[in-house]
Amino acid sequence: MAHGPAKGIGRWLFTTNHKDIGTLYLWFSFAMFLLGGFFAMVIRAELFEPGMQIVRPEFFNQMTTMHGLVMVFGAIMPAFVGLANWMIPMMIGAPDMALPRMNNLSFWILPFAFALLASTLFMEGGAPNFGWTFYAPLSTTYAPDTVNYFIFGVHIMGASSIMGSINIIATVLNMRAPGMTLMKMPMFVWTWLITAFLLIAVMPVLAGAVTMMLMDINFGTSFFDAAGGGDPVLFQHVFWFFGHPEVYIIILPAFGVISHIIPTFSRKPLFGYSSMVYATASIAFLSFIVWAHHMFMVGMPIGGELYFMYATMLIAIPTAAKVFNWVSTMFRGSLTFETPMLFAIAFVILFTIGGFTGVMVAIAPSDVQYHDSYFVVAHFHYVMVAGAVFSGTAAVYYWLPKWCGRMYDETMAKLQFWISFIGFNITFFPQHFLGLAGMPRRYADYALQFSDWNMVSSIGAFIYGSSQLLFMFIVIRAIRSGKQLSEPKTWEGAEGLEWTVATPAPYHTFTTPPEVK
Amino acid sequence: MSRRANMLFALVLAPVMSLVFSGSVLAEEAQRWALNMPKGVTPVSNAIYDIHMVIFWICVAIGIGVFAIMFYSMYAHRKSRGAVAANFHENTTAEVVWTVIPALILVVMAIPATSTLLDVYDTSEAEIDVKVTGYQWKWQYEYLGEDVAYMSELTTPESEIYNTAPKSQYYLQEVSEPLVLPVKTKVRFLITAKDVIHSWWVPDFGVKKDAIPGFVNETWTYVEEPGIYRGECAELCGKAHAFMPIVVNVLEKEEYNSWLAEKKAQVAAVRELAKKTFTKEELMVQGEAAYNRSCASCHMGNGEGIAGVFPGLKGSAIATGDINGHLDVVVNGKAGTAMQAFGGQLSEVDLAAIITYERNAWGNDTGDVVQPIDVLKFKQGQ
Ligand code: HEC
Ligand SMILES: [Cu+2]
Repeated sequence: MAHGPAKGIGRWLFTTNHKDIGTLYLWFSFAMFLLGGFFAMVIRAELFEPGMQIVRPEFFNQMTTMHGLVMVFGAIMPAFVGLANWMIPMMIGAPDMALPRMNNLSFWILPFAFALLASTLFMEGGAPNFGWTFYAPLSTTYAPDTVNYFIFGVHIMGASSIMGSINIIATVLNMRAPGMTLMKMPMFVWTWLITAFLLIAVMPVLAGAVTMMLMDINFGTSFFDAAGGGDPVLFQHVFWFFGHPEVYIIILPAFGVISHIIPTFSRKPLFGYSSMVYATASIAFLSFIVWAHHMFMVGMPIGGELYFMYATMLIAIPTAAKVFNWVSTMFRGSLTFETPMLFAIAFVILFTIGGFTGVMVAIAPSDVQYHDSYFVVAHFHYVMVAGAVFSGTAAVYYWLPKWCGRMYDETMAKLQFWISFIGFNITFFPQHFLGLAGMPRRYADYALQFSDWNMVSSIGAFIYGSSQLLFMFIVIRAIRSGKQLSEPKTWEGAEGLEWTVATPAPYHTFTTPPEVK
Repeated sequence: MSRRANMLFALVLAPVMSLVFSGSVLAEEAQRWALNMPKGVTPVSNAIYDIHMVIFWICVAIGIGVFAIMFYSMYAHRKSRGAVAANFHENTTAEVVWTVIPALILVVMAIPATSTLLDVYDTSEAEIDVKVTGYQWKWQYEYLGEDVAYMSELTTPESEIYNTAPKSQYYLQEVSEPLVLPVKTKVRFLITAKDVIHSWWVPDFGVKKDAIPGFVNETWTYVEEPGIYRGECAELCGKAHAFMPIVVNVLEKEEYNSWLAEKKAQVAAVRELAKKTFTKEELMVQGEAAYNRSCASCHMGNGEGIAGVFPGLKGSAIATGDINGHLDVVVNGKAGTAMQAFGGQLSEVDLAAIITYERNAWGNDTGDVVQPIDVLKFKQGQ
């Protein structure tokens, strides 16, 4: 019956074990995070001063595009799928994921997708250069031929995400321990369940968009070409119908992680559990009906513009409820500030700032001045980086002791927190100023009045970037030589089934289901 | 917003800056370290600025409230001070309150937003219509009904961009010919593009609108003060996205009228020139300049293009082959590629000069000379 992992490379290639697959996802996403981060460093190095110093403008565009694609699809999404693989079965008392072979497949096609995408960097015509939003016709009629590799890569990523989501839904709906009703599920499981439905709904839309591109480019159709009766704006509608839910796909599991960490280190149950569930569900629903707020400048009729503005503003309500719930959880708790908690608190602060600028950009008339400027770049890095990366880092520090039975170096981890927190803000806060002063995004070079804040931002980026190398060092050192742990509970205030199994978590857990009261 | 509010704004956002510049704040330094959006010079830009500030202050107030409670808990309820955790985890009243209050705040925000948006969309009763067309990577301005149209391209030289010459004051914000508008006049813009999507943005006017190939968008402005205003292309449009600025010169009404009259005379003169015969040397000199302005961004100054994206013209079969084939590509462009139809963008003299230049530069050495009249005949023969 219970057996350990296979030997050698075969363990990783053929594994159907949720913990192994979770580990694969996490390492893959970290590799992609470093690659995407390297692209970001090229961007910030080029923007350090006005004038072109390091790269040519055409290569600069490839860097911004690849940075976005690799970070969104290669780093952030797989990181949370990795966490889901590791944690969901342990949190609901299941022995493994419901569809273990599909689980293996959904991971192992990913490296091929990204190999395809990255290989275009070395081809004639270069990598995709049309932005991660790949608006037609820049991405169709005017794209380099390598766009076909990009399209194929997106198809594979989409298939991987859909398989992963089906697996998560099947697991959560069918394999919960006896007694664990839906409204007793841990928040991380709830947020992932909702995220998985979002993914299944919108990944096919993305696949549709790239397929239409493929047809326009290679088979003479004109979906996005006005000269043939098509409409370039149609592309944007289809893209953002995928793209807006996508940002919640990224952020909802992050909300889940934070909803575990804050109660643990406050030693107090999560405030407003059921309102958290409803808020998550309503955010997910609203995410489907606000997409065109990314397109306030395309010349929509005024009625459409007003509708999308009002609908977008509504999202502030459930989002604010979440922030209030987290703060109320901390209120009158018994707080300690280990590294996961530091990252979680930083998440709340920075995400709230990103939420404020989110309300600002939702206001259609003032978006005239924000749209496609660095203000937007600042806004979405506050929600995406502070949202997904800070919470992902918090999750790793929080669960790493459970995963490998070893403790990271708390002093160094705190140092890493402060370097990233300060570096992050030096990088992105000045970008608000740049945008308001009139600097458009995706600019390879800029006018002289933008020099100073750009230099500050670049310095911040180098600091923030180096903090990630320190993170890697801390994690590897913890895995290899961290202090050994054996208590099931690493953190005094931690609750949940995952903290009832041995430390490190054995290869197979909950082969007999626990009883949940 | 009052001056005081502005100062507060600076203080909240960047206390460091106020230290750096305490005492005498130089205007130029202030611009370099700008923190906020310009108020601008139109009623719309002012309205936008006001909404922006109102919402900013609402956010600051909420932020202070939320973070104050949070930091208070972090200080007062820490375990090291002996705090013992309470056990409450629900409070319906609180949850209802913090759902209803944000909803009310949002309604307060939506009211001015709606009225300003209605204003932004009101393009009726304009006195002047200007058609703005985005190209890779320049703008065309066409005064509808006046028979005046011209291209507006970046004039910053490569040497400044590639750091072999010092950068001038308006680095990347200077163009061959600015858009010229009269002050205190409602101007309607009809915005479109010929290739990919661009976006026409002048922050001081509070105007930004996407330029979409095959569709015409409308927007408008009413500038209250004469002056030179600078803006940029805001939608990623390929390689030289950062290199297609916008400059608008707003003149007093009489000055504008005499500018327009002069411009019309100039157009007629250029048309007259097309009948003249030039020497090969004259064409080569003018051709090199015009080529560098209009063609070098893709085909490169050395005629070698960019592999896999833009073909080289050095030794190209078309640039060294049949003249009519060459004329055809340049005048009509190549549909479905980045090669634009230059027939409507450039004068016959420029076209003739460029083609002559291309046929003789970089060792192409065909010896051919193309005269403006040949271009005219080619166009008429179509
Ligand atoms: C925005 C980029 C761009 C600009 C600006 C541009 N071209 Fe082109 N040009 C192209 C592309 C792309 C092609 C290839 C079209 C094709 O696929 O056949 C091309 C092809 C050509 C060719 C045919 C070359 C061959 O061997 O096939 C000539 C001649 C030419 N261009 C001349 C010009 C001239 C003259 C100008 C300036 C007035 C100019 N181009 C400006 C992009 C550009
Ligand atoms: Cu442009």
